[in-house]
This record gives sequence, structure tokens and C-alpha cells, in this order.
Amino acid sequence: MLEAAKEQAIVARGLKRSYKTRTETVDAVQGIDLTVGRGEIVGFLGPNGAGKTTTLKMLCTLLEPTDGEAIVAGCDLRRDARGVKRRIGYVAQGGTTMREAKVSLEIVSQAQLYGLSRQEGERRGKALLRALDLDGIWDRPCGSLSGGQRRRLDIVMGLIHEPELVFLDEPSTGLDPQARANLWSHIRSLRDQFGTTVFLTTHYMDEADALSDRLLIIDHGRIVGEGASAELKERLSGDAITLTLRTAEDAAKSQETAGALENAANVVCEGNVVHFRVPNGASVLPGLLRKLTDLDVEPIGVEIARPTLDDVFLNLTGRSLRD
Amino acid sequence: MSFFRDTFIIFRRATLLSLQNPAWVIIGLMQPILYLVLFGPLLLRMTSVPGFPPGNAWQVFVPGLLVQLGIFGGSFVGFAIINEWRSGVIDRMMVTPAHRVSLIAGRVLRDVMVLMIQAIVLVLAAMLFGLRVPFGALLLALALVAMLGASFSSLSYAAGLSMKSEDAFAPLINTFALPVLLLSGILLPMSMAPAWLRYVSDVNPFKHMVEALRAVFRGEIFTFIVPFGFGLSLALVLISLWTGARVFRNQTR
Repeated sequence: MLEAAKEQAIVARGLKRSYKTRTETVDAVQGIDLTVGRGEIVGFLGPNGAGKTTTLKMLCTLLEPTDGEAIVAGCDLRRDARGVKRRIGYVAQGGTTMREAKVSLEIVSQAQLYGLSRQEGERRGKALLRALDLDGIWDRPCGSLSGGQRRRLDIVMGLIHEPELVFLDEPSTGLDPQARANLWSHIRSLRDQFGTTVFLTTHYMDEADALSDRLLIIDHGRIVGEGASAELKERLSGDAITLTLRTAEDAAKSQETAGALENAANVVCEGNVVHFRVPNGASVLPGLLRKLTDLDVEPIGVEIARPTLDDVFLNLTGRSLRD
Repeated sequence: MSFFRDTFIIFRRATLLSLQNPAWVIIGLMQPILYLVLFGPLLLRMTSVPGFPPGNAWQVFVPGLLVQLGIFGGSFVGFAIINEWRSGVIDRMMVTPAHRVSLIAGRVLRDVMVLMIQAIVLVLAAMLFGLRVPFGALLLALALVAMLGASFSSLSYAAGLSMKSEDAFAPLINTFALPVLLLSGILLPMSMAPAWLRYVSDVNPFKHMVEALRAVFRGEIFTFIVPFGFGLSLALVLISLWTGARVFRNQTR
């Protein structure tokens, strides 16, 4: 592949994975192209079963691609898997530690597997625990930690060798809202402090929204959309505007006016209420209201709703992410 | 070499993990003694029965117990690997640059060490009961038991990791364990069996290992059965380690 690909954190071309079951071949991932720049936080968003984890496992050397190629952290995934392994961290969805094991045992042995000495593992482990607000758990069994603590410990395990790129699979699943917000701020500071590239999968809108610089949207094993969250919303959905009027007659006039706006979509009139979508609604709305005043139409209620990623997803795939 | 270093790291982690639960350590050490105390006296009464092999009753019984320890101690470790896999530990370790084979070899090494400690406890206890065995023969016997233990722990890890379900793994162990136990003459020597049963048991390699171990305990090291039993164990250990390593490698396929 291109020498330029080594400048990026991840470049994948035509990455494919199929599974053979007893009766058929299932194409879990049907050819993915993606690029992640160094220092980016990229969210990989899609419903359960879309192929997120399969893609992640391929990029992490846990699953051999059926086809395609990738440069991960500057190393060829197929030819230099060990080089990839040295440079990446991976935090699996289901955790990384044994309940019965002491935190110190898991951290130090993990560091040693990356070629670090026991002392160095201890030093880095304690520093990382402190950075993730986990002071004082060194001698405790992993199973005695709270869900949020255990998840942060997983992240410590994935960072012990100071990887330049870290993969997080569904980092906040199963955590309460406070623990999630806390985890997100830690992930963000990871990038800000150490310049670590973060590639995370999620099926939560709010997580993708809160954390990522850029989103890749996957459905049925293909990437269907790509861009910053705000840009995707603007481009693919627009704001939802609802006008309430005095009479159905006024509503009909408003429907016509709204329909004439540039880029207006889904203009619907229900009784004395008009719904439509338009990009950048906040700047369009004053002009619309002026035009309505000229027609002697005065709305009695105006509502503007920012689009959500769910709207984007609906627009891209024709179904809701929550289905 | 990184292979040996990685293996030692895994061995150390597995050992410390075992030690974190003192209850298991005590149960593990009690087990051989229970066999000795609760089954031994029964066997002492049998020595006069026709067909009972030559030698002191303890020389017949202890080799059987040692083989049983090797087979059964090893067989159940598959449950632990399923637990580790479910906790995400196996995937986590496979993403590290550590040697794949080390991931299984380090665990097998821990199991063999536990087995050796149990075997030594068993032999020492049996000596109190009246077992007499030359020191060299004892070392030879421990080597054979270590090979058996390594084989079964590798096979068990391989089976556990390919099945990834306790519900599927438990019946497999039971299906396999009972016939092996009965057909190897561990509890009662096969020389007491009717002809047809003896023919069936001849196909069971573990019977020959038990017989070899009994010959070693009698000090008859230069009879045919001893190299034969050891040869079988060596073949078994090679096949098992290869199978285990292969299953670990194939995890990413």
C-alpha cells in the first residue's frame, strides 16, 4: 500500500470478513475503507450486529481479514502483525481482567507481556491508576471494583505500554450516567495529554456525539456515512421546525412558503400545524417569519429542534439506530 | 529468548492467581491423601485375590493414583480457560506481542508444577503407610506423571477454548473420564479382569502407562513395558502440546 498510509494512524482498504456457519457463509464485514489520522478520536457508530466489533478485531490482529489490507500504526496488518501489536492498545467490550486476580497482578503481567520489566510495569501502572482516579485499588481483587472503576482499569490495561493508538470496544456499556461522563472525560484527556489516537465503537448516540472528532457510520457491514457529528447532522438531516398557526388556512399558506425555502424537506401540514426540516434552521427562521408577516400570517408557536445522530442514521439507512 | 520469557510471565501469573485462593491449595493437597486413606485400606484386603499383580499393595495402588492425578488434575483446567476467555483475558493477551504458544505453555507449566507437588505429597504419605520405592524409580515415575499432566492440561485447554462453554465441556470430560478410569486399571488392576475386558483395555494407552509405572515402582525398570509406557506418554505429550498450540493459534482464524 501507499507509503503515505504510514503517516496515518489507520488506513484500511477493502477489509472483508466472512464467517462460515454450518449452512451458509455470512459476510459480517463486506469491504471497509477507512482512514484515521494521528491524534484523532474517531467513533465507529452502528447498531448491534452491524460489524463494528468484527472490524475492530481485524484491525487489532484478533481476527484475520478474509480479504483487503490495512496499515495500522504504520505497520502492515498482514505482514507485520507483531509490529502492529507493539504499537496498539485494545480494550475489549467484555473486560480484560479476572475477578479473582489482584489489580497489581493483572497490570504488571500485562506490562511484562509487552517486554517491560516488573518495576517499570509497577511504576507505569500506578501512574495510570492515578491519572484515571483509581488510587488505592492496587492490592484489591478486580472483582471487588465498581463497574465504572473496572472499566477504567480495562483502559489502564490497554495503555500500560503507552500505545500510540488505542481501540475501545463499546467503552461505556453498562455504566451509569455519571460513570459514563467521567469515563468520557478521561478518554478525551488521554488524547489531549498524550496525543493518543482513539478508535472507539459505540451504539450510543450520546457517546458518539460527546466523544468523537469524527464519526464513521456502519450498517450491514458497510460504511454508509462519514464526517464530524455536527457536519453530518447539517448535511444529512437539518433542523426540525414546527410552526403552530391560528387556522388551517394559515397553515396551508405557511406550508407553501416553507416549501419554497432552499433545501427544505419533509414539509407536512397537519391541521393548523406545519412540520419541515431545513439545514441551519436558526438562520433560516427569521426570514421565514418575515415572509409570513407579509402574508398576514402570524404563527402562535415556533419550535426548532436540533437534529440528533439518530436522525442522521435514519436518513442514511432508512431505519432508526434503536431498532 | 522471548518465548521462554513470555512463558515464564504467564506461568508466574497463573501460579500467583492459584495462590490467591488458599482454599483451593488446601483442597488440592488433601485430595491425594483422601484417596490414600479412604481407598487404600480397601485395596489391602484384595492382595490375596487371584490375579492381583505381584508386589506390595501400595506398589500397585500408588502408581494408579499417580496416573489418575495426572489425568484428572489436567482434565479440569479447561473450565478455568473458559472462565478466562469469558473475562476477556485471552483476547487481551492475544493482542499483546507475546508468543501465542507461551499463552498455553505457561499455564500448562503451572498445572504440571501443582501436579508435581500433589504427587510428592501422595508418595510421602504413602511411604508413611508402608510404600517402599527406590529413589531413582521415583524420579522416573514423577517424569511420567508430569508428561501425562502436561498432555491432559494442554488437551483440556484446547477443548475448553474451542468449545467456550462449560455446558458443552462438562459432558465431554465425563464421557471421556469414566471409561478411561475403568479401563486403565487405576483402581483395580486389569489383570483381575475377564479376558474380553482385558482385550478392550489393551487398546487404552493409559493402561500401559499405569502398568509401566507399576513396573517402575517394583524396580523392574528394564522390562519391555517401561519403555513402551514412556514412549506412549512421550507421543501423547507431543500430540497434545501441538494440539493446544494449534487451537490457540487458530483463535484468530
